[in-house]
Amino acid sequence: MTETLAQLSTVFLYAAMGLYAAAFIAFALDLARRGARATAVEAAVVPSAVARRAEVREPVGAPAPTIIGEAPRDVAPPSSALGRLSSRISSKVEDDLVNGSDSSASMRWAFGLTIVGFAFHLVAVVLRGIAAARVPWANMWEFSMTGTLVIIGVFLVANLKWQIKYLGTFVLGLVLVLQGVALLRYYVPVVPLQPALQSYWLVIHIIVAVLGTAFFALGFALSGLQLLQYRRERQVEESRPQQFRFLATLPNSVTLENLAYRINIVGFIAWTFTLIAGAIWAEKAWGRYWGWDTKEVWTFIIWVIYAGYIHARATRGWRGSRSAWLAIIGFAAVLFNFGIVNVFFHGLHAYSGL
Amino acid sequence: MTQPKLGPVGWLRWFWRQLTSMRTALFLLLLLAIAAVPGSLVPQRSSDPNGVTKYFTDNPKLAPVLDNLQFFDVYTSVWFSAIYLLLFASLIGCIIPRTKHHFEAMRAKPPKTPVRLTRMAGYQVRTLPAEARADAPDPILTARDVLKASHYRVALYQDARSTSVSAERGYLRETGNLVFHVALLGVLLAIGVGGGFGYTGQKIVVEGQSFVNSLPSYNSFNPGRFFSDGALAPFSIAVNKLDVRYETKNQDAIGTPLDYTAHVTTTGPGDTSSDTTIKVNEPLAIGGTNVYLLGNGYAPTITVKNTAGKVVFSDSVPFIPQADPGLTSLGFVKVPDGLKEQVGMIGFFYPTVTESERAKGALASKFPGLNDPVLSLNVYAGDLGVDNGVPQSVYSLNTDTLEQLAGPPTKTKALELKPGQTVELPNGLGTITLDGVKRFATLEVHHDPAQIWVLVFAVLILGGLLTSLFVPRRRLWVKAIENPDGSLTLEYAGLARGEDPNLLAAVTAAADQHSHALSGRPTT
Repeated sequence: MTETLAQLSTVFLYAAMGLYAAAFIAFALDLARRGARATAVEAAVVPSAVARRAEVREPVGAPAPTIIGEAPRDVAPPSSALGRLSSRISSKVEDDLVNGSDSSASMRWAFGLTIVGFAFHLVAVVLRGIAAARVPWANMWEFSMTGTLVIIGVFLVANLKWQIKYLGTFVLGLVLVLQGVALLRYYVPVVPLQPALQSYWLVIHIIVAVLGTAFFALGFALSGLQLLQYRRERQVEESRPQQFRFLATLPNSVTLENLAYRINIVGFIAWTFTLIAGAIWAEKAWGRYWGWDTKEVWTFIIWVIYAGYIHARATRGWRGSRSAWLAIIGFAAVLFNFGIVNVFFHGLHAYSGL
Repeated sequence: MTQPKLGPVGWLRWFWRQLTSMRTALFLLLLLAIAAVPGSLVPQRSSDPNGVTKYFTDNPKLAPVLDNLQFFDVYTSVWFSAIYLLLFASLIGCIIPRTKHHFEAMRAKPPKTPVRLTRMAGYQVRTLPAEARADAPDPILTARDVLKASHYRVALYQDARSTSVSAERGYLRETGNLVFHVALLGVLLAIGVGGGFGYTGQKIVVEGQSFVNSLPSYNSFNPGRFFSDGALAPFSIAVNKLDVRYETKNQDAIGTPLDYTAHVTTTGPGDTSSDTTIKVNEPLAIGGTNVYLLGNGYAPTITVKNTAGKVVFSDSVPFIPQADPGLTSLGFVKVPDGLKEQVGMIGFFYPTVTESERAKGALASKFPGLNDPVLSLNVYAGDLGVDNGVPQSVYSLNTDTLEQLAGPPTKTKALELKPGQTVELPNGLGTITLDGVKRFATLEVHHDPAQIWVLVFAVLILGGLLTSLFVPRRRLWVKAIENPDGSLTLEYAGLARGEDPNLLAAVTAAADQHSHALSGRPTT
């Protein structure tokens, strides 16, 4: 029974990953569309040589072309069905390019696929929990599974408050990589909990750590975008060529920085709580609340890095790109703490099950 | 041009200003993060003393160099301590003036309304028409009441052209921030006090034996710097039975421990006595001290008789589990008196014996439970070195002055015993019997008088953090300007003091409330 449920859980997880992969592609298409749109808008603002010649020939006094609503609709409709379809698609694409709101077709597909994938993922995690008859986050496989679920969940919920759908490519990409590594390296069958893990603190300490990680992941993505955006803004200022055209459709670097900060401080609070809860649990299980175990050391290092990040925002000369780098280093340390310290460092947190 | 000369006081002042600057604090924070890294790369004496010993063996050249740099005691090292002490000095230098400033701000009125609000955040204008003014209450007093109801502190100001309300809220943000930083200091102090006056000790107790909380009875003991014997609460713990369960059904986890429970009888402090249990996540609190079940293992009961049949040794000897899921354990038996020679034995205990897959003819254990136990002993005779008065560990045997009589590499086979069996010792020294196998519990006794304060300050850290990050501190102004036509221009604006993403919405909300209070409907 346990084995069947565990296998079923893995099947659902594969299905979720397939959906996520499709969503990832759709999110990436949306970014490409944004890039194209930025170029199109730019082209409309700065007329091309052909357009300029055409303008000369046109009689003076004709209404100035507006950006919006000038799709070639007055062209005679094609007669064949295929022709009609292709013209409909091309006009839709063009419409999308010019009018583009935050909900292009690819974006809607991407978000929909993510939600369905999340549902499958949730079923996978719940099945694993039922199979093990306990919370599904007691070894690295389960932690990866639940952790990626929470990352997607936080991303979906955060979108109710902030418009950050443009992070989809990053979030889905990260989840696919993490879950892929977990499938290859971390899979373990269901095994009972050793005595040290038999505590309600397992529920509290780990789930808050997962939540903190999810917020740090989003903050990391925003800080990364902030750096790219800042670079683009400087390029625009100095009239240099720009890469990553899609950035033109995203908020400016200051807005991204403020958003990253608000998300990272939620992560920081969760991390502070995890640290305290971990100390309380360590006191119960190991007879001391703090002993510089390797995992404790890295949890402390991450806490200090993010404390530095928060202070950097209030330090002259550190606001902006420098503080963004701290957030990026902080998240790199989070990944290191999970992927490397758990597996390769000697310590008491030896629960990877590997 | 000459630079003004700094005297010693001037230099001190300069140094203090540098230390307490935000830039220095940030630098020290990041330095602290970096300095903590080496402690995770090389084993630490505090958490992994065996790892340090092994590191010295594996890296004989590098280890002494690292040791000189205190890399095996990173968190008590001079350089790590210097960083965090400077950081805390910087912290103190920062919070003292801030506390003073905050205290004054809490007692002062909100500052005067700026002359021009147009440049302030969320600036907006509404007009109260002349005809509506007759029925409306006084606009500025109404604004004051509206803001007061939203927990603002308010002050009224007047100049030649206008009357205004200046309001401020969110003082709790700074309070939380100060509480957070003071609580960090509190944690550091509490850790220091707890470590100084507390103690940690370990004791191995075999089933049926008991342990008295006094210095001589410990196997190992780490007192704090200011420890005195008086800190040892008078109690004793008898371990009656140790229940251990291992997984037997799940093929993926055969032998995984499921439960360790020590059934104990405690006596004291005073005349109290009770039967209770100690489990891994459920320590025993007794006399202001916590007792933890940190480990367990097997203690074979061994009896040695001489050729005359007289018992010269009889004891349950704790065997220390090696890094092996089958719980193969290593132990030492020393018989100093009663035989022709002094005899020492190095024993391996296999709870469920099987042929070793690694070495032909050797034994191993395939399950940690007592399914088919075997005790195997290598026998040595000669000088145990116990007569010269130097204390010896019972968990080691120095074979330098001993001659090996049985076990590889000698031709005589190692002695092998199952429970109840008796075999002859080599060289006609006598006999040895394995009477049975008991379990032992490793109890850790930890006394930390300031532990509760660490927890209190930790909770304050979290509370302070929440308020300092989420309570918005903002100023809001409402200004009324008389117009020649008898109407009134109402200006609204705000100022964020710290992160405040909702400031604009707050200004609008205040303006809406004000309008509503004035007319019952929004003004134009």
